[in-house]
Amino acid sequence: MTNVPWLTLVAVVPLVGAGVLALLPRGRDALAKMLALVFSLAALALAIVVTVRFDVGRAGDFQLVESHEWMPTFGIHYSLGVDGIALLLLLLTTVLVPIVVLAGWHDADANPRGSVKGFFSLILSLEAATVWVFLATDVFLFYVFFEAMLVPVYFLIGRYGGPQRSYAAVKFLLYGLFGGLIMLVAMIGLYVVSGGPGKGTFDFPTLAGLSIDPTTQKWLFAGFFIAFAIKAPLVPLHTWLPDAAAEATPGTAVLLVGVLDKVGTFAMLRYCLELFPDASRWATPLVVVLALIGIVYGALLAIGQKDLNRLIAYTSVSHFGFIALGIFAMTSRGQSGATLYMINHGFTIAGLFLIAGFLISRRGSRLIADFGGVQKVAPWLAGSFLLVGMASLALPGLSSFVSEFLVLVGTFERYRAAGIIATIGIVLAALYILLMYQRTMTGPTPEVVSDRVHDLGVRERVVIAPLLVIIVALGFVPQPLLDVINPAVDRVMTAVGTTDPPPTVPVQTAEGTTP
Amino acid sequence: MTSLATVAAQGADLVAPAAPDGVFSLVWLLIALPLAGAAILLVVGRRADRWGHLLGTLMPVASFIIALVMFAQLLGRPDEQRSVVQHLYDWMVVGTFRIPIAFQLDQLSMTFVLLITGVGSLIHIYSIGYMRGDPGRVRFFGELNLFVAAMLLLVLADNYLLLYFGWEGVGLASYLLIGFWFAKPVAAVAGNKAFVMNRVGDMGMSIAVMLLFVTFGAVGFGDVFAAVPQADETTLTWIGLALLFGACAKSAQFPLQAWLLDAMEGPTPVSALIHAATMVTAGVYLVARSNPIFDAAPAAATAVVVVGAITLLMGAIIGCAKDDIKKSLAGSTMSQIGYMVLAAGLGPVGYAFALFHLLTHGFFKATLFLGAGSVMHGMRDEVDMRRYGALRTVMMLTFVGFGAAYLAILGIPPFSGFFSKDKIIEAAFSQGIVIGLVTLVGAGITAFYMTRMIIMTFFGKARWDDDQHPHESPPVMTVPILVLALASTVGGIALAWNSSIESWLAPVVGFSEPHLAIPNWGLSLITLVVVLVGAFLGWAQYGRAPVPVTAPRGAWPTRAARADLYGDALNESLFMRPGQWLTRVLVFVENRLVDGLVNGTAATIGGISGRTRRWQTGFVRSYALSMLGGVVLVGATFLLVRL
Repeated sequence: MTNVPWLTLVAVVPLVGAGVLALLPRGRDALAKMLALVFSLAALALAIVVTVRFDVGRAGDFQLVESHEWMPTFGIHYSLGVDGIALLLLLLTTVLVPIVVLAGWHDADANPRGSVKGFFSLILSLEAATVWVFLATDVFLFYVFFEAMLVPVYFLIGRYGGPQRSYAAVKFLLYGLFGGLIMLVAMIGLYVVSGGPGKGTFDFPTLAGLSIDPTTQKWLFAGFFIAFAIKAPLVPLHTWLPDAAAEATPGTAVLLVGVLDKVGTFAMLRYCLELFPDASRWATPLVVVLALIGIVYGALLAIGQKDLNRLIAYTSVSHFGFIALGIFAMTSRGQSGATLYMINHGFTIAGLFLIAGFLISRRGSRLIADFGGVQKVAPWLAGSFLLVGMASLALPGLSSFVSEFLVLVGTFERYRAAGIIATIGIVLAALYILLMYQRTMTGPTPEVVSDRVHDLGVRERVVIAPLLVIIVALGFVPQPLLDVINPAVDRVMTAVGTTDPPPTVPVQTAEGTTP
Repeated sequence: MTSLATVAAQGADLVAPAAPDGVFSLVWLLIALPLAGAAILLVVGRRADRWGHLLGTLMPVASFIIALVMFAQLLGRPDEQRSVVQHLYDWMVVGTFRIPIAFQLDQLSMTFVLLITGVGSLIHIYSIGYMRGDPGRVRFFGELNLFVAAMLLLVLADNYLLLYFGWEGVGLASYLLIGFWFAKPVAAVAGNKAFVMNRVGDMGMSIAVMLLFVTFGAVGFGDVFAAVPQADETTLTWIGLALLFGACAKSAQFPLQAWLLDAMEGPTPVSALIHAATMVTAGVYLVARSNPIFDAAPAAATAVVVVGAITLLMGAIIGCAKDDIKKSLAGSTMSQIGYMVLAAGLGPVGYAFALFHLLTHGFFKATLFLGAGSVMHGMRDEVDMRRYGALRTVMMLTFVGFGAAYLAILGIPPFSGFFSKDKIIEAAFSQGIVIGLVTLVGAGITAFYMTRMIIMTFFGKARWDDDQHPHESPPVMTVPILVLALASTVGGIALAWNSSIESWLAPVVGFSEPHLAIPNWGLSLITLVVVLVGAFLGWAQYGRAPVPVTAPRGAWPTRAARADLYGDALNESLFMRPGQWLTRVLVFVENRLVDGLVNGTAATIGGISGRTRRWQTGFVRSYALSMLGGVVLVGATFLLVRL
């Protein structure tokens, strides 16, 4: 049993599912949907198996490792491994996909441009690519799937999206290809530095052990970082996101913003920091400033949006600012908080996009001004939206608070001013969420709203309930996740060569934990 | 009394908390009961129409009973064993950042727990009658329970971050309850305003917690207070100011007071809860709890006094000009909380009295709000006092309760306000003549606006419309009013007896006797005279001639007070309108410049604008071609590298 390639299985199962769906005869839509659900649940079950087999005590090491030679001439391996951070992102992905499948049950019905089976096949192939991205421990393998992820998303937006889908899809693709191209160049540079043809390698642990001269590091760092900053996205490379997220179907938007974008921040933490520690420290001031701009600018833009989906997309720009800030604060609080933020944000944004999607499909409009008084006619829908919104504005007791506060305190430890500026985000988040809620859910109910908007159906409740449970549970009991994250972050901190700043007046606590 | 004075200013740091044995193993239950009530009622919703209000009332009552048992046990223990810490589990741990879910029950939190659950329970009972017939009654009780649970968490937390959890929970509950009648746009807006202004204060709270952690490496009360003597004063001052900023928002103190007057959009029991038992008292709790920090940072303590003094006068002036009975009471709350904040800023001479006044105010302000609610209940929700008059005959019980609370807030002996407010005035005079005068003048203005209120409501000629049929409220509403009125009457003398409130609290907040140049009874007499003058002026203006049904235009000070002393105007012109303008500009910049620039650059560099247009027509094949191009590029690069 020890030789079962569990990690490969998690990725292969959805890929097989995608293939099976693609081969189904036309017209078997109901079967296609059921199969998509079954395959995504099977992937989730396998991810749970991986979690069970994962040794939390060694969460900083790569576990369940698989490695096979792929292109020996170039030192390329098919090698997978999972550490604490990757494990949680794997779980995030595999939990969200079945939810998205169920939420998008009717999103491809009667679509003249694409078939139902195609829609779900694309979702499953996206899942496969994402799982591989998180599990790859070979930089080349990572790159292959980093690029491969673009393909299903391009079709998901371009074929199944809203009125501006073509523009949004192409914009998404161009940004992605541009970033990928720069990363490709940097990756080849890294390969050359590691020894070049014959001796060079793409093996991540080996590369992380290299000591590269600082100037080269800066160039290579820049190449990787730009690609990840586009994916994350970081201001000013974010403008593809609102278009893509607004035009995509709700489920696609969830996978795009909730999972795919996390590849950017995940890769900053793993690849930028561990491969190029000196350059990362060198770039820190710039990234911190960009992250702060992102927090405030994204939030202000969210406040100013008229389109529900674009508003939600801009809240993410603000939240990705928090994640990047936490990563580059270079403290254990900041990085653990940022990692936890990736997970929490995934569930919160899923709730926001899906519930907004339920609203939009009922009313037939994305404009905030077309709603009002929904709470009266659809109390469950409104209540869920409020709870998820409260999580988005990081209310204590809900998941995001823990991660956001850890990022804040982790930033404040090293950069006082940055920590204080970031707290502005607390106020702005309250504004964009509450104004959105006020405009859509409260006030008198227009006739067109009371005619068209009805409360959540059974399928929709099944979709939303797990998200709400996760959001509340992780607000009260986040520690199991932090136990998995902390050792992996410690590994990154060691690689970068930084330690947490000590307190000015250390207290001897009862447990004697303070050094 | 001298033995008391020697305890001065040395509190929590000397007392090692006791283990949570016996009934104290149930501290968590105090919070869990109302929290469970909230969860059940909000999830079950209207299916609980028949029993929801009963369950909702049962929860805080049960907490109150447990709290009484705990109180009795604490009384039976010596001072140094009256602090109990119950550790549940670790909330978040990252390296040295260790935040437990742990509760600290000591004299200070016990006092608050009794007030919150006691007054809170009465407000729940009252709401059974007040909200009868409202389709959202179950939701109302769920949200009331949430309010109580959050406030209990706030006062029972054993560290600053957990306190912050309760702090924001209170903000959420107030948002939900102020905006309870969400179909009314004004209510929804008022809820937003309360939440957002509280969040502005929360910036201060966040910064305070972060400063505490980077300074001490811990945020637990015990750890922090033990290490305060080693910290430098500048840091402590910043921490104190950041905490004060948070307290200003939650307690509606200047400059973050504006939300409280709009908060009247919520059902009246909510106002009673916010003003008497929860929410606005949180700021006073925070300052009192942080007493070792403020004692070591005199500049921050002075700032507390100044904020309290300004708000005390502002609130009182606003209270004089409002015709809406609830808004006038809201001004009164600002003012009375100002007294408490001021007293808390005075240090060990003031903490105990700040909390004493907080208790008596809890009794009489709850009575006043529930009384106002009873009047509205009998007057089809009319709130304009110019439409009231002569109600004492038709609402006898409400009038008796309201009257007792009136005498209490004025500070007429032997009603409760006399004991607590006089102590604050004494403490203020012992620290400086200016501060003393502010509290004295405040007492006079209080007497004026309260006299105005009681005359306009219960005396004079009836000014209501012919189709109005005022009637007394049912016993489920009048009994809580009368119970609270009784507490307003005798609560002061009971707590002041034998200096029991000071001795009880001294181990936590310290105590030192205020020293005055004149005998205490002399100051009491002067205060009483000022109060009577204020009351007389109120009677002279509103009691002798009929009150006009439409408000006269008034001199500019009256108009300014009606406009909340331009607090809203200031916020709007300083923050709201520039903010809206900034948002609009940024949206324009984003769409035209940032996006345009990036798109333009891409198009120019790649010369792809033409091809982009072709892609948009849906030629996926050309996309596939570009992917192929990418693969060729990868292959070619590899070949190059190899060569």
